[in-house]
Amino acid sequence: MYAYDELDRTLLNERVEEFRDQVKRRLSGELTEDEFKMLRLQNGVYLQLHAYMFRVAIPYGTLSSRQLRRLAHVARRYDRGYGHFTTRQNIQFNWIKLAELPDALAALAEVGIHSMQTSGNNTRNVTSDQWAGVAPGEIEDPRIWSELLRQYTTLHPEFSFLPRKFKFAITASAHDRAAIKVHDIGLRLHKNAQGETGFEVLVGGGLGRTPFIAKTIKPFVHGRDLLSYVEAILRVYNQYGRRDNIYKARIKILVHELGVEKFAAEVEEEWRAMGDSALTLDDAVIEEVRSRFSYPIYEKLPHMPEELKKAAHDPVFERWRRNSVFTHKVQGYAIVTLSLKPVGGPPGDATADQMDAIADLADKYSFGEIRVGHEQNLALPHVAKRDLPALFKALDRIGVATPNVNLISDIIACPGLDYCSLANARSIPIAQELTRRFANPETAELIGRLHINISGCINACGHHHVGHIGILGVEKNGEEFYQITIGGRADENAELGVLIGPAVPFGEVADVVEDIVEAYLALRERPDELFVDTVKRLGVEPFRERVYATR
Amino acid sequence: MTSPLEQKIRITGPSIVTANRTFDGAVIYRNALQGWSTDLSEAAIVRTVAEARALLAESVADDIGAVGAYIAPVDINDGGNVKPGNLRELIRQRGVTIELPLSA
Amino acid sequence: MPLVKNGKIAADIFVHVPDGAELPGDGALLVSAARLLEDPEALLRRPGKLGVIWPNNRDVDDLVPFLDRLAAVALVFPTFRDGRAYSQARLLRERHGYDGELRATGQVLRDQFMFMLRAGFDALEARKQSDVEAFATTAKRYSVFYQPTGDGRLTALSRRLQQRHSESAGQ
Repeated sequence: MYAYDELDRTLLNERVEEFRDQVKRRLSGELTEDEFKMLRLQNGVYLQLHAYMFRVAIPYGTLSSRQLRRLAHVARRYDRGYGHFTTRQNIQFNWIKLAELPDALAALAEVGIHSMQTSGNNTRNVTSDQWAGVAPGEIEDPRIWSELLRQYTTLHPEFSFLPRKFKFAITASAHDRAAIKVHDIGLRLHKNAQGETGFEVLVGGGLGRTPFIAKTIKPFVHGRDLLSYVEAILRVYNQYGRRDNIYKARIKILVHELGVEKFAAEVEEEWRAMGDSALTLDDAVIEEVRSRFSYPIYEKLPHMPEELKKAAHDPVFERWRRNSVFTHKVQGYAIVTLSLKPVGGPPGDATADQMDAIADLADKYSFGEIRVGHEQNLALPHVAKRDLPALFKALDRIGVATPNVNLISDIIACPGLDYCSLANARSIPIAQELTRRFANPETAELIGRLHINISGCINACGHHHVGHIGILGVEKNGEEFYQITIGGRADENAELGVLIGPAVPFGEVADVVEDIVEAYLALRERPDELFVDTVKRLGVEPFRERVYATR
Repeated sequence: MTSPLEQKIRITGPSIVTANRTFDGAVIYRNALQGWSTDLSEAAIVRTVAEARALLAESVADDIGAVGAYIAPVDINDGGNVKPGNLRELIRQRGVTIELPLSA
Repeated sequence: MPLVKNGKIAADIFVHVPDGAELPGDGALLVSAARLLEDPEALLRRPGKLGVIWPNNRDVDDLVPFLDRLAAVALVFPTFRDGRAYSQARLLRERHGYDGELRATGQVLRDQFMFMLRAGFDALEARKQSDVEAFATTAKRYSVFYQPTGDGRLTALSRRLQQRHSESAGQ
């Protein structure tokens, strides 16, 4: 957990006061909406269908219990008692009043939470792996570097008005849980032959209208050069990114139009011209940031505690443990995922009461720390295995122990037309129906790991392009229709899904998904061949046939 | 970005102007009294491009009170009741189509 | 247009000469980039200060040969959302060592003043009188800065390191 100091807190408070003044000037008419819109976006405030939406940053997905309680307070006091966790490790509130936002922001600033740059044409939340710092086999904690980047990009005077939004992600594990290949800058932390920390730098990934997988422009940038190299990339983008067409303004388009070699050369030239940069990170600076991350003092615990042995006879507990509990790098501990995907529920939502309860459980069982994943679930990262049976009971009571993590009913969905003014179609009811169709935990286990991603429009906030099954809402003659893709993946083998056929109407989507799953179960080579691997092996054709045979 | 007034206006039937209230984001409809109402039944109905453009112009001029004004279709049934003319406007009028999570 | 120069409301000594118009005999002049590049020596030879308005979609490299003889460079924000001039400003100040007047023009609003000052602008042609009047308050709004630019302000990281050194030195 990173501890904010006086300087960090001062900056937050200064930002809150600036926004308070801007809201005042907007409500008095001194600022027009045209002048105000970008300012409110820079504080994470969107206008949606029914109300403003307020997006709060959770840097690299790490929260303290105190912070989670304060989010619950904001949900109760300023919103309708719940929040939505997003695919970028942020939280969104859907009913907030502009006039009350400065007070909500001040309440959040008190616990070191902010909403700076969660929207607008600037650099957004630097996301990471929700298991950072606790995953086995991790090279080093990527959050140190995420924090360095967060500070560097916050209120950067040169890069606050980029051609378009800019998203970073960092991974430090062989298995990429941060989806770095679909970010504007993806950073893969690794060590060179001398054992020094550095980054493979990938640029130009992104979903939306024109999805691209990011390309490597430099295989190794030394840790000390991370910020100066990133500055070179941003400067090239700021100057040469297209500003004539918002659909062609992301860096992925610039990389595509220049070609990756030429783009990399431009960056290298700019970086060389920077020379001895004030941004070069010396060991003292890196240590300074590292020293303000605190880590739990783990006990020496047995691999298989008595409590766990005793609970093993309980099939309900065992199913949950098999599904939601993951190996920790420290013996005797575990990482526990809390599913925010209850059967029939909107994916990724948590009530204020649930947040408070989870904060209490974090204090009791996880050294006061919670994580937010881009799959829209939460995690408790430091749970002693002996506490798992007691924790399970508590999680089950508050409704966050559905044993569907990474399974078919663990759906990632954007808010869609129920909330969002950009949407063509609803996504949440589709997700809800799918969780009902696949509610049986045995069926879900039988199917195995399968990620469904739903987006209500081409902006792809549900990341449908990289879903094993991707569902995209479109509009046809005023009706909601959905395009279905299969075979996408977001990890180190990132790939875009392939369309299986013409769009289907709202009422048929769940049937289509059932058909796809039936086809998979019939075609898979072995029970443990994953859906996405069957698609890779056989292609789209057998699935297309099955789905469209009677349509 | 083109201003809503410069964008092409298409009228396919009875239409209204709708926006969101600046201070709290609530859905509002332009009425016939140079003001706004949260009740769709009080919305001013326009039927031609010229009428729509005029209503939109006065709406957009109220930059302090309203944000993002645009023209939306409505249906008027036999009883003369005004109903939203598409799914998006239905959702804006009635709220989300799903149950909101309730705090236990 | 109201002007803030070096932190104070100031009269604008420069006259903007449109392309095609005859140059007045003396005085401080602002001409377009096209005009300057047509015959730079002739323009620079004139007595009186010369400034250029440089478009935001043109590399400042082309301006570099003349920087040491220019009294002012005006960069452009066609809308406040178009941030290219921030990069141009930093390059002029930090890479090319330009130390004449660096002026922000276009849609220059108070909410961007801080960014402009940090990027190296020392003259702001503000759109609104009320923004000019709010300059002093606006410039004092932030006291913490995370990243180094050419403005000399200490970054948070530097301040923390300094604090550490003085703490350990005091022991």
